[in-house]
Amino acid sequence: MSDNERQMKTATERAETFTTISGRPIERLYTAADLARIDYARDINDPGQFPYTRGIHPTGYRGKLWTMRQFAGFGTPEDTNARYKTLLRAGGTGLSVAFDLPTLMGRDPDHPLSLGETGKCGVNVTSLADMETLFDGIRLGDITSSMTINSPAAMIFAMYLVVAEKQGADWKTLSGTIQNDILKEFIAQKEYIFPPRPSMRLITDIFAFCADQVPRWNTISVSGYHIREAGSTALQELAFTLRDGIEYVQWGVDAGLDVDDFVPRISFFFNAHSDFFEEIAKYRAARKIWAHVMRERFCAKDARSWKLRFHSQTAGVSLTAQQPYNNVVRTALQALAAVLGGTNSLHTNSLDEALALPTAEAATLALRTQQIIAHESGVANSVDPLGGSYFVERLTKDMEDGALAYFDQIDRMGGMVEAIERGFPQKEIAEASYKFQQAVEAKEKIIVGVNGFVQEDDPPIEILYIDESAADIQLAKLEALKKTRNADQVGRSIDALRNAAKTTENLMPRILDAVRAYATVGEMCDALRDVWGEYEEVPVI
Amino acid sequence: MRKLRVVIAKPGLDGHDRGAKVIARALRDAGMEVIYTGLRQTPEQIAAAALQEDADVIGLSILSGAHNHIAPRLMDLLKQKGLDDVLVVIGGIIPDVDIPKLKAIGVKAIFLPGTPMQEIVDFINTNARARV
Repeated sequence: MSDNERQMKTATERAETFTTISGRPIERLYTAADLARIDYARDINDPGQFPYTRGIHPTGYRGKLWTMRQFAGFGTPEDTNARYKTLLRAGGTGLSVAFDLPTLMGRDPDHPLSLGETGKCGVNVTSLADMETLFDGIRLGDITSSMTINSPAAMIFAMYLVVAEKQGADWKTLSGTIQNDILKEFIAQKEYIFPPRPSMRLITDIFAFCADQVPRWNTISVSGYHIREAGSTALQELAFTLRDGIEYVQWGVDAGLDVDDFVPRISFFFNAHSDFFEEIAKYRAARKIWAHVMRERFCAKDARSWKLRFHSQTAGVSLTAQQPYNNVVRTALQALAAVLGGTNSLHTNSLDEALALPTAEAATLALRTQQIIAHESGVANSVDPLGGSYFVERLTKDMEDGALAYFDQIDRMGGMVEAIERGFPQKEIAEASYKFQQAVEAKEKIIVGVNGFVQEDDPPIEILYIDESAADIQLAKLEALKKTRNADQVGRSIDALRNAAKTTENLMPRILDAVRAYATVGEMCDALRDVWGEYEEVPVI
Repeated sequence: MRKLRVVIAKPGLDGHDRGAKVIARALRDAGMEVIYTGLRQTPEQIAAAALQEDADVIGLSILSGAHNHIAPRLMDLLKQKGLDDVLVVIGGIIPDVDIPKLKAIGVKAIFLPGTPMQEIVDFINTNARARV
């Protein structure tokens, strides 16, 4: 034993074990021995080369910086339209629409369950008229928009397409993203309407429609973000998200689509959480796994099908109501991890989001955080600067191995839809979430300002207060709309949609007809509820 | 003395249930009987559950901003059903300015993000009395 080894053995440490925020044990030191199983050309390779562990572009951020896409929406379409104009003026390069709960759940503002919810967590969009207002003065042909919408994704997307058409934009060049990821709703966020199987049919209808008519649109953003926010570990986020992706591809193939016709338009959405290196390893592993799955499991020939593109958002769940300015620092570190992991676009949370939706000032500061990373830190000058680090490469490999083990388990159940029906991912997440909370309670994990470094005289900060006026305005608009639109045309298009839902025809053209007639989100979703029913989960604690 | 019976409810349209589930488990681990209602419960359904389950405590998890509508409606219904002695607490995202209003209608405590679970357990043990 050398002197150095002897010293290492006897040196005392702060704790008996060191673990990531996900509970993964971390060694004192990683060395060349950790890379023994890793072959550079096979497992890592240069950026832009299969399996894209180091990134999908050979030039990284030297070619193009990530898109700084700030998620925003509240109140009426008029309120949110003004916020978008502020963000675009401040140098934001894409829009991202946050809808309120009634819209997300396919309910109009006059439904009893919408009580107190209209315009609260996002913007209320009930009909095409609201979508026209939301993008008033914003040329849809010149920007890209991301829309966080899932169960009623087809209806909201149809509204966007009709607004673009009215502005004279060409669907063939229109670009943006709809989240459209229903599996993670059943797993984590729980904003589902219809049961899993008809929900999957709506998604494959969108894949087919876009492959033909809106070829540059990202038809789905397969999301780990919400899985992580529900309390999963980093590994669970990675594994369940990619396995969801596999499920969508399989359903597309089973619906008769060619893999290379729709997979290049599938994108992903990951959380950027607090454990810096674990997050970076997660993104690198995600690219590698997807490349192999697409090439080997699905025999995709087009390299665009192999390349995993992803958006990321800093972890809302990590923000604290206590000492809210600390959240600026948390968000900056999380954003840096996403950038070092090669994110293609990024949303940074605002410091006040454990308390309310962000104020315009807080949202601007969050955007500035990204601009500082991009233009001052120097990290965007070289592609995958952490590539080759003993620690990062070993973590990346471990993440990959762990995800593949989860894939085996889920494949044995028959697929992700079956696994969800059994409550498997839900149970795994509930368990991880409770374990983490216990670690916080026991102070094994310290959250600054919450269970350590607590400050009694914490001064309150200004927050955005959303009153009830948005709900009143949206209710009045809905009432007026119902008087002015052509009721026969609405009735006919809704009946046609309901009848089409009983067949296997692609529903997008029917939905577009109903949207053009100014049918509401609630009316369109009700037509489908009539045929498919609503999903009710058995809660897993 | 029988165990405290707690109904954990998630009203409104929101589906973010991490907090509701974590607290349900923590209260169970602390020796209480916990009934979790599941998602999207109306105030009517929650009051009915409290009556049927003979609840001593109702814990509402609300993150969506709908508390100003949901809480007053629930408190009225509890009064109508003679359940005014049930301890009602709320956990979630509640702006400071709304807290006095909620307390004025009889909500006994509001637990904001980051509240230690032990604090909630202690509060319930101190303030709830098993109904007889």
